[in-house]
Amino acid sequence: MQHTYSYTLGPRTWQFRDLADLMAKATPARSGDRLAGVMAASAEERVIAQMCLAEVPLKTFLSEALVPYEDDEITRLILDTHDAEAFASVSHLTVGDFRNWLLGDAASSEMLTRIRPGLTPEMVAAVSKIMRNQDLILVARKCRVETAFRDTIGLSGHLSTRLQPNHPTDDMTGIAASILDGLLYGNGDAVIGINPATDNVAQATKLMRMMDEVIRKYEIPTQSCVLTHVTNTLEAIEQGAPVDLVFQSIGGTEATNRSFGFGLSTLKEARDAALGLKRGTVGQNVMYFETGQGSSLSADAHHGLDQQTCEARAYAVARAFDPLLVNTVVGFIGPEYLFDGKEIIRAGLEDHFCGKLMGVPMGCDICYTNHAEADQNDMDNLLTLLGVAGCTFIMGIPGSDDIMLNYQTTSFHDALYARRALDLHPAPEFEAWLEKMGVFDDVRRHEPSAGVPGLFGPSLKGLTGGGAA
Amino acid sequence: MSDQHKPPVIDNPWRVLRQYTDARIGLGRAGISLPTSEMLEFQLAHARARDAVHFPLDVEPLLAELTALEDKHLTGLPIRLHSQAEDRFTYLQRPDQGRKLSEASRNEVVALADDIGEAFDLALVVVDGLSSSAVQNNAVPFIRAFLTDLDREPADLKLAPITVVEQGRVAIGDEIGEALNARAVAVLIGERPGLSSPDSLGVYLTWNPRPGLNDADRNCISNVRPAGLRFESASQRLLYLVREAFRLKLSGVGLKDRTEEAAVVDASSDNKNFLTH
Repeated sequence: MQHTYSYTLGPRTWQFRDLADLMAKATPARSGDRLAGVMAASAEERVIAQMCLAEVPLKTFLSEALVPYEDDEITRLILDTHDAEAFASVSHLTVGDFRNWLLGDAASSEMLTRIRPGLTPEMVAAVSKIMRNQDLILVARKCRVETAFRDTIGLSGHLSTRLQPNHPTDDMTGIAASILDGLLYGNGDAVIGINPATDNVAQATKLMRMMDEVIRKYEIPTQSCVLTHVTNTLEAIEQGAPVDLVFQSIGGTEATNRSFGFGLSTLKEARDAALGLKRGTVGQNVMYFETGQGSSLSADAHHGLDQQTCEARAYAVARAFDPLLVNTVVGFIGPEYLFDGKEIIRAGLEDHFCGKLMGVPMGCDICYTNHAEADQNDMDNLLTLLGVAGCTFIMGIPGSDDIMLNYQTTSFHDALYARRALDLHPAPEFEAWLEKMGVFDDVRRHEPSAGVPGLFGPSLKGLTGGGAA
Repeated sequence: MSDQHKPPVIDNPWRVLRQYTDARIGLGRAGISLPTSEMLEFQLAHARARDAVHFPLDVEPLLAELTALEDKHLTGLPIRLHSQAEDRFTYLQRPDQGRKLSEASRNEVVALADDIGEAFDLALVVVDGLSSSAVQNNAVPFIRAFLTDLDREPADLKLAPITVVEQGRVAIGDEIGEALNARAVAVLIGERPGLSSPDSLGVYLTWNPRPGLNDADRNCISNVRPAGLRFESASQRLLYLVREAFRLKLSGVGLKDRTEEAAVVDASSDNKNFLTH
């Protein structure tokens, strides 16, 4: 049901081929849309597209599918699970009115939770395109998304971290050293999650067992995850491995996910298998997803859509499987998709906003590669902005330097900075553990203890002949 | 201890664990932030990585070094080529342009191949990629090691003239290899610099090069540099891959690099570590 859109301003009428074209041209500038050839030809055309998009009724997105229903299981998921009753309170609004409504007091936290099942990713992406950074922050801050496994993630006033102890050869001692460093800096309440250097079932299982032993020995209220392919995790579960969370990178079109080697049925099977293990104590959210703008274009599976709309559709996939965590790995993909700090910051705020509005426990890998026009100051900015926006979790790695994936993300120290500057706390169960174990003397000051806490002392002593503790 | 008497930097006693990992653990803290020395050390590493991306490859001295190699396997003099990406700014945003030769360069290669009028076994293509220092420092020593290894081979491989490409990506080797009538192409390219490895050279072998191939059609040797995979080891691995590619008449996922198997076996050993032993 595609038709053209036009907008008349003074003597000139601007034409847009269809809704996808209008969405793409209304998108704030970024290199990936330029690479795809879908972005506005001028700054003026971009704003005209935004004005035109602001007049489009939200209802339109239910009748004009951007990726054809018959070709794409994600479009089918979005439209088949749409809740008309939840949509009723905003169904009369245009995209522009929706922005006004979101910023107003009528859109309380409770109200935003209620309308969620009525919002499609395309509606959410559309409104984000006509919002400034401060709008994205203010509305995201009102969204409540709480999940749980061995601790509770996403409570208001809290900021969790994924402890990411990657090592270029999966060396167990090297990984353990990074885990210890992270725990002693109060990181790791969202998950201890390893990107394996050698990606197969045997290696994943070995890493799962190692983390399981650490979590049990020190009674840490957190969960582990090896970021291997969903089919590897399924096989590991069948072999009896201690799987807390199932990981998968996901995209917003069926073709993207096919290129990643899975479909929605694979995710369902893996989720059912993980639920069957009943390893959660305070909740049963068992999935960990990663996303990022540009993945569909990179897989040549973007159907002519802009990369931010594709990204929002990935959150429709995520929310169908009740994840514990969803992580937009915003600056990892490189400058051909997000060129510089400005584009990375904008994308991070958009992704967080879209995810939260759709009810996804959104965290952000605030990161960059060395060929992007970005540096630590840009990451400080995005970290602070996302902290204000109520971001669910960030990464924590030693000194910002991932020696396995060769990129920079937020450090253990950065997490303490954000917590202290914005008075945010780790998950309550984890914070109680930090206090009980003497990792932090005073959790209200967000400051680690000066020495090595008692329980960890013997482990270190054994390794260093007593010199360490 | 009152706050006034706290030392400005609090060291982490577990810093000794750095003997087991290159990860930046045990950095200590000033308040809850990075101590000055650690902060500046990071800035220096990032600055070096940035310079590796943005400093242009100094092509003339590189060509002179390659010319001086003089080896019986080599044909003709090295030639200088350029991709369709005019400058670094374009290169970083348009990977498609970095994969294709400029019109002038394409004409030059085609004319050269016509002049020579015969086929080659292997073309060595040196590409700046994302790290000029990787290519500037490591390409010639690697090629020298490889030529030495070739001298010991029973099969007498004929190498095409070496090409040096500016603003190029890996796939540009496909176009060059095809134009030079080479049965296989080895692209030596500057890899995306990491904080602790600004000068990593990558080597990609592709059998039967032609435009339209992708990464699944190639075999890669990564992290070639004095502090990473040494030139002699990297050369041995390339030679192994070349032999296998000629035997199997393919490269990529169908060509298993068995020189890596020792590492895989090692990875399946026990999972003892100091936290849970």
